[in-house]
Amino acid sequence: MSLETNIKSQNAVMRYLKENMGTLIGLFAMCVLLSFTTNGVFYSQRNLINILRQVSSNACLAFGMTFAIITGGIDLSVGSILAISGTLSAGLIVKSGFSVPGAVATSIIIGTALGLFNGFVIAKTTIPPFIVTLAMMQMARGAAYIYSNGQPIRAMIPEYMIIGTGYLGPIPLPVIYMLVFLIISIILLSKTRFGRHVYAVGGNDKAAIFSGVNVARTKMMVYTMSGFLAAFTGVVLCARMASGQPTAGQSFEMDAIAATVLGGTSMSGGVGKIGSTMIGVLIIGVLNNGLNLLGLNSFWQQIAKGIVILLAVYVDMLKKRRK
Amino acid sequence: MAEQGKILLQMKNIHKKFPGVYALKDVNFELKAGEVHALLGENGAGKSTLIKCLAGIYIPEEGEVIVNGKSHIMTSVADSQAHGISVIHQELCLVPYLSIAENMFLGRERNVGGIIKRAQENEEAKKMLSRLGLDFNPNTLIKDLSIAQQQMVEIAKALSVKADILVMDEPTASLTEKETEVLFDTMRQLKAEGIGIIYISHRMSELFEITDRVTVMRDGQYVGTVNTRETTNDQLIAMMVGRELTQLYFKDEVKPGKIVLEVKDLVSPPFVNGVSFAIREGEIVGMSGLVGAGRSETSHCIFGLDDRYTGEIFVEGKPVHIRSVRQAMENGIALVPENRKEEGLVLVNSVGYNLTLTILHEIFKGHPLGNPAREEEEIARHIKELAIKTPSADQLAENLSGGNQQKIVIAKWLATKPKLLILDEPTRGVDVGARAEIYGFMNELAKQGVAILMISSDLPEVINMSDRVLVMHEGRITANLGKNELSQEIIMRYATGNGGTRNVA
Repeated sequence: MSLETNIKSQNAVMRYLKENMGTLIGLFAMCVLLSFTTNGVFYSQRNLINILRQVSSNACLAFGMTFAIITGGIDLSVGSILAISGTLSAGLIVKSGFSVPGAVATSIIIGTALGLFNGFVIAKTTIPPFIVTLAMMQMARGAAYIYSNGQPIRAMIPEYMIIGTGYLGPIPLPVIYMLVFLIISIILLSKTRFGRHVYAVGGNDKAAIFSGVNVARTKMMVYTMSGFLAAFTGVVLCARMASGQPTAGQSFEMDAIAATVLGGTSMSGGVGKIGSTMIGVLIIGVLNNGLNLLGLNSFWQQIAKGIVILLAVYVDMLKKRRK
Repeated sequence: MAEQGKILLQMKNIHKKFPGVYALKDVNFELKAGEVHALLGENGAGKSTLIKCLAGIYIPEEGEVIVNGKSHIMTSVADSQAHGISVIHQELCLVPYLSIAENMFLGRERNVGGIIKRAQENEEAKKMLSRLGLDFNPNTLIKDLSIAQQQMVEIAKALSVKADILVMDEPTASLTEKETEVLFDTMRQLKAEGIGIIYISHRMSELFEITDRVTVMRDGQYVGTVNTRETTNDQLIAMMVGRELTQLYFKDEVKPGKIVLEVKDLVSPPFVNGVSFAIREGEIVGMSGLVGAGRSETSHCIFGLDDRYTGEIFVEGKPVHIRSVRQAMENGIALVPENRKEEGLVLVNSVGYNLTLTILHEIFKGHPLGNPAREEEEIARHIKELAIKTPSADQLAENLSGGNQQKIVIAKWLATKPKLLILDEPTRGVDVGARAEIYGFMNELAKQGVAILMISSDLPEVINMSDRVLVMHEGRITANLGKNELSQEIIMRYATGNGGTRNVA
């Protein structure tokens, strides 16, 4: 029995390596290159942990995005939901006298509800997800500005700040959250009935309906989940900055989409894996970090990111065509 | 136009290799002016590959193509068109929101300095349409035409590039009997004008009606060419499958049991206008009718896909509430849909994934993270029982042949152990070998007491496989015909509404 599971888990690892060969080689090459050009700074424990912390928000958003894109949709509202939940969490404590747990829970519930709203409209009408979440992106961002009067809400409360700045041993809490969500997302997508339904909805929603899959419910759950992850990330980010920033998370949806696509998830739906998205997240993270270490400014980082996305997706298409 | 009987096209010793496999091996083909030459073979026999070599989509590694006396290998679609070859693909390639004329001139618009000369296009389009005896307004949008009409536009478009070689890939797959007749008339006219037509179809009866010669392919190889007048159905099938297929249809006598399903006064406008019938254990009931008669729509009510119908449904005598697919499934009803690619399969996912999609609730019951052992066993059993030809359960469904895809759809519904199995066009686009197997499963299931409702436009199939046949016309059942009164003529009479009603409650 133990031998059998051993073989099976080995197979799973081999399959993962094989499926993600291209992106893994790319990531590895970048790391090697950086270790030479930065005199080892890149490989210092501090920097590596730093990278993980930097990518943690994008990772959480990208997990939700991967679900949305596999169903054939997209969620453009994650950056804005992040902002409204983040400002709410700080504001509820400072302005309304909520307890820290109360404020955190309330703001996450509200962000999740916005995701549910997305899902509801997408499932019950024929308005495309792109439009629905574009509208939510505007509305949630606007709400964040209104709630905060356009000003950051300062919340220098240790109990609150620790959510974003705390450590578990040597590992920052945001990295822990990321790992937890990574594992949950992998299990949800690859092991559960819900995950199967996600693939069916994106692969062929008609066939899913004809097979008795509850397509509407599946879509609602996906966008609710994405909303939850965005809200959670928003709270962590604002806690770390000790301030509810209405401008937080601007264009984060684009990085989440980029990571998802880098991981090989098909924009037309039905194909994709969380583990692959994680590699996409790391590529973007290492790229940003490396260019920082090399002293290139963030404008160059954007250009580099664009080139990498084009290259990666092109290589992926070549690989698929060859099959 | 070319004079009758002149050789328009010769393909000699064509070889085409894909990584590791020969897709075509030493294939020969010849086409004369004014002939309809069928290309016949099971799915995967290499017909499409050969056509793609002719159309410039694939370039053969070896062999010679002679068009109008000149040896020339086509290197691109444009090159092929310039040599007078026009291909009408199985999937229609028209833009729905453009007009007939705009579609006809797509990519070669009549223009002055980029400004389109609409009037000229319309006039030319009108001329081309009337050549085929079509009286369409060239300004009509494609989306407003029926599939058959769109097919006609495709032909007009194909001919408008001055083609003298026309390739038609399964043009009748989605046409009704009547529409097929119209198409055949057009083809006869084209023949008279000296155009050579390469015709691909699975429907044997059509070959005998319209073709002059038949070339048979099998496993990428040339089997032989015969004159249609001198051959028989059996000979062609034997050539296709490489062995004598003793019997295509196989149907044992089964004594019907108790009533499994009864529907009363199903109404769901505009296609279902008062349908009542019953079906018993072990019965195979055919459902015949023209496209638009409301057959599939009726089945969608029973299967919970349409939740707005009125009327009553009884399963084993008890009234049931079916407003969703899940409720239909709970009542032991299964539906193999009409269009396996659109409604039956998640093509981008694996064979195994598709096979268990209908029984996930069972597999995950008590195992929130799945039960791989049970699942693998289920998948292996279905692959074996239905003889699905796939390298492994991990193969993507889109890589399988039509027949094997259809078997997956049937298998995933058999997995639910249905009491009533509705099959909507179960053998459309399925090769002869797989067809015989599917008929075998149906026979076997009926013997086990499953009630089968088979919606089909293939009349020989309906007549040979059914215990009785319900004929629909304009949303109503116009006849309930017993096995001994079945004939194509009688079915068509009630299907077209020319026979009144017969034996209908």
